[in-house]
Amino acid sequence: MIRREFLRGTALLASLPLVARPAQAAERLKVGFIYVGPVGDFGWSCQHDIARKALEQALAGKVETTYVENVPEGPDAERAIEGLARSGCKLVFTTSFGFMDATVKVAKRFPEVKFEHATGYKRAENLATYSGRFYEGRYVIGQIAGKMSKRGVVGYVGSFPIPEVVSGINAFMLGAWSVNPAMKVKIVWVNSWFDPGKEADAAKALIDQGADIVTQHTDSPAAMQIAEQRGVHAFSQDSDMLKFGPKAQLSGIIDNWSPYYIERTRAVLDGTWTSGDVWGGLGSRMVVMAPFTNMTPEVKMMAEATTASIAAGKLHPFHGPVYKQDGTLMVKDGAVLPDPDILGMNWYVKGIDEKAPG
Amino acid sequence: MLIELERRSAPSRIMMLASPAIAVALTVVTAALLLAAIGVDPVHGLGVYFIAPLSTGWSLQELAVKASPLVLIAVGLAICFRANSWNIGAEGQYLAGAMLGGWFALAYQTAGAWWVLPGMLLLGALGGMLYALIPAALRVFFGANEILTSLMLVYVAQFGLDYLVRGPWRDPHGFNFPQTVAFEPAATMPLLLAGGRLHWGVLLAPLAVAVAIVFLGATLRGFELRVVGMAPRAGRFAGFDVRRDILLAFAVSGALAGLAGIIEVAGPIGQLLPTLSPGYGFAAIIVAFLGRLNPIGILLAGLILALSYLGGEQAQIALRVPLDLTIVLQGALLFYVLACDTFILYRLHLFGGRRKAVQRAA
Amino acid sequence: MLLEPLLLTIITAATPLLVAALGELVVERSGVLNLGVEGMMVMGASCGFVVAILTGSSILGALAGIGAGMALAAVFALMTLGFAANQVASGLALTIFGLGLSGLIGADFVGARRDPAPKLHLAGLSDLPFVGPILFGEDGFVYASVALLLGVSWFLWRTRTGLMLRAIGDNPISAHALGHQVLRVRLLAILFGGGCAGLAGAYLSLGYTPFWVRGMTAGRGWIALALVVFSSWIPWRLALGAYLFGAVTILQLYAQGYGLGVPSQLMSALPYLATILVLVAISRSHGRGAGPASLGTPFVPDH
Repeated sequence: MIRREFLRGTALLASLPLVARPAQAAERLKVGFIYVGPVGDFGWSCQHDIARKALEQALAGKVETTYVENVPEGPDAERAIEGLARSGCKLVFTTSFGFMDATVKVAKRFPEVKFEHATGYKRAENLATYSGRFYEGRYVIGQIAGKMSKRGVVGYVGSFPIPEVVSGINAFMLGAWSVNPAMKVKIVWVNSWFDPGKEADAAKALIDQGADIVTQHTDSPAAMQIAEQRGVHAFSQDSDMLKFGPKAQLSGIIDNWSPYYIERTRAVLDGTWTSGDVWGGLGSRMVVMAPFTNMTPEVKMMAEATTASIAAGKLHPFHGPVYKQDGTLMVKDGAVLPDPDILGMNWYVKGIDEKAPG
Repeated sequence: MLIELERRSAPSRIMMLASPAIAVALTVVTAALLLAAIGVDPVHGLGVYFIAPLSTGWSLQELAVKASPLVLIAVGLAICFRANSWNIGAEGQYLAGAMLGGWFALAYQTAGAWWVLPGMLLLGALGGMLYALIPAALRVFFGANEILTSLMLVYVAQFGLDYLVRGPWRDPHGFNFPQTVAFEPAATMPLLLAGGRLHWGVLLAPLAVAVAIVFLGATLRGFELRVVGMAPRAGRFAGFDVRRDILLAFAVSGALAGLAGIIEVAGPIGQLLPTLSPGYGFAAIIVAFLGRLNPIGILLAGLILALSYLGGEQAQIALRVPLDLTIVLQGALLFYVLACDTFILYRLHLFGGRRKAVQRAA
Repeated sequence: MLLEPLLLTIITAATPLLVAALGELVVERSGVLNLGVEGMMVMGASCGFVVAILTGSSILGALAGIGAGMALAAVFALMTLGFAANQVASGLALTIFGLGLSGLIGADFVGARRDPAPKLHLAGLSDLPFVGPILFGEDGFVYASVALLLGVSWFLWRTRTGLMLRAIGDNPISAHALGHQVLRVRLLAILFGGGCAGLAGAYLSLGYTPFWVRGMTAGRGWIALALVVFSSWIPWRLALGAYLFGAVTILQLYAQGYGLGVPSQLMSALPYLATILVLVAISRSHGRGAGPASLGTPFVPDH
């Protein structure tokens, strides 16, 4: 008897989160997000969360959002994603490459839920992929660096040698060489997405070795602060870091996911959502340049013009001819590098002396 | 001192059973207060935290999947800690097992034969064991402290795995992203139930608990008393060869951690990635001590810790409770359990009450 | 001249490790093992930054960091001294607790900025070539770490209280029999350790990289713990270890800048491998560094 009472009580309590909530918000679309870092990382995950909040505002009354933060890639990811699907989310954004296979597995089990996976390449009926053309922004900042550097050496603080980072380095240097063919790059990998102290140390090492421009593919503003202290220039990453380097910051790349999140959520509301692969760049404003600061009006005009022509599709950072380190022609004159090759880029363009990570 | 402890003449059997219940009750109260403080209805919130994860078949499966590596590693660590060997590097041994077993899968999975999976498990255990024997050997033969070496080797294993999945073992058709090919069915843990993630590997955790009970059987009597109350150094004076003891303890705990690693890879993950563990090797240290270094206690402790992870996720999803609040709660739960265990061996006197009582009696 | 900035960077990298580890060394010398250094450190980073932002003062920030570390250490003391709970598990629980609490406290301050803590400037001295910036141009945290190193060495070997603390760490039962207040000494040692860890954390968020993000200690507390073991509980060897670890960490970054073509993962693993190798070499020539004999064992006075 006692046991049965207890079980009934359990069932009653258990039903609370699952039933009580959807009942009071039956008509609202529930949208879920999975972040690889904490929302307080001031970087990648933080930018996704800012877009989530923008989505909630833009479609107020029609959507309800929720998220799970700091989900490690690995065995926990699948559970967290499925947890969102089970809690009634009809649209789930999984915002890190490492969630790819977990998203694929959960998408198979929940055919009625739409999934969106960032920076991956596996798709299904109910699983779309999206990514930013960050390399477009890197080309622009590379050009600025080429103009602004006095010593002709740029220091690059890398996180991990993954294709996105490698294509970023290549695009940066192609941009730099377009205005200063003698530009050199030094690359230091910190092997972490997140260790501010080490990022600061790497920036110091690069500046000490002659770099007068620092750019980074890591999340924190540590490198920017070091550049400010040492009186050299730097570019921001993920968000605008101008207040961390009021004299140092030239520009930077801002991840701007909100237009995409709002558009895709609208599509689900309208019933027009279909799977696909969207790469947003400067044109669709998924990648936005931080204000052009601390530079001469001429450099600023050049940067604005380059941004505009990339956004208009007139200029492609990987337009031919592009040669690999060993001199192999990778993109013919008049052609551009196809998207799958950018996605999986593991070779450096000719002129970068470092050993390619692949 | 404000708090005074008085040793009981014998461990309290009542407290041995009641202590976990009191700790959980205190956690529930704390949780309710914290939830109320951030404006969440406490009753509703508690349901999400503690009951929702136990209420569906799916979440129960997930609970078992999450708890099993913790239990498996913690059982090994308990054996190690009881031999007074401080293996802090189970995380590295977990990764080493995942790497060696994963190598076997990558090399032979296309054979599709029955022996692929057993071979992986065997090599996984071997990998963990060999990696654990490094700090053990450094201590035995060079006198180097194993706390430092085993901890440092965690980072080394992590970088090694990182190198392998970004370089030589990378999926050639995976756009150069850092992961290996997905394992073939021959190299994947069969599911226990269709539709979920519960796989045969999960059964190895209770099996390890059972084996450990038998293995430790000879010294089991008076075990709670010794472990909770005294230094675990007693084993040293039992006349065993200390060097062999250390090597054996590390070998066993390393093998179990390596086994846990390859099971996760062959089970829920299904390939090698740069991040294979959400800190199982470190969490298992807590599980080992929460379980009072007793295999059955470890089984319970593993389930409780796993429940706290699942409940925290549920709370984030359903209530938008920040993750950090859950982590604070987890910390509080651990404190309560540890504090309540004190009453098994001790009576507590506040504000020097005992001294007054003694004076009065005199 | 590359050597000077290199040394400056190494000093910055080694200082938080040294400060946190010195505190833990005193704790362990008293016979208590507190594995919660990472948790106390991250609390110090969070509270230190928040208070510095609110008051505009780096000094108040550093004091708040020390206070936050001590507050967390007090919880640990309650657990391990008051309740005689297992020290290893309590320390790990403290790390979890500190990580979560620091995240909650700092949540509203993500993205706030401060100037780094001011550096010393002595007219003339700080401008000396080479030695000037290194000896006379550091920030207060670096000088504090040196003062702590000297102070802890002096305290442990030159004072009666230090002698008593070590005696308690080696044999609390006989120390108690001699009339020493074992629990009181251990409490003070734990609080001191917490203050040091908090100060080390505050250095990260006020001097090293002056901003707050969750989990910004990135495992430095664990390295500090390992360094205490490395030092065989001797302060000068601790300084050696901290500077060795910091130096290898920084040197591999500089080496990468020269483009050696070695996998960067191997470079990143070097500090850990180097520490193991040096420990093995030291242990071999000097024998196993005997830690405090009662390390990790709870002591309950028998009145």
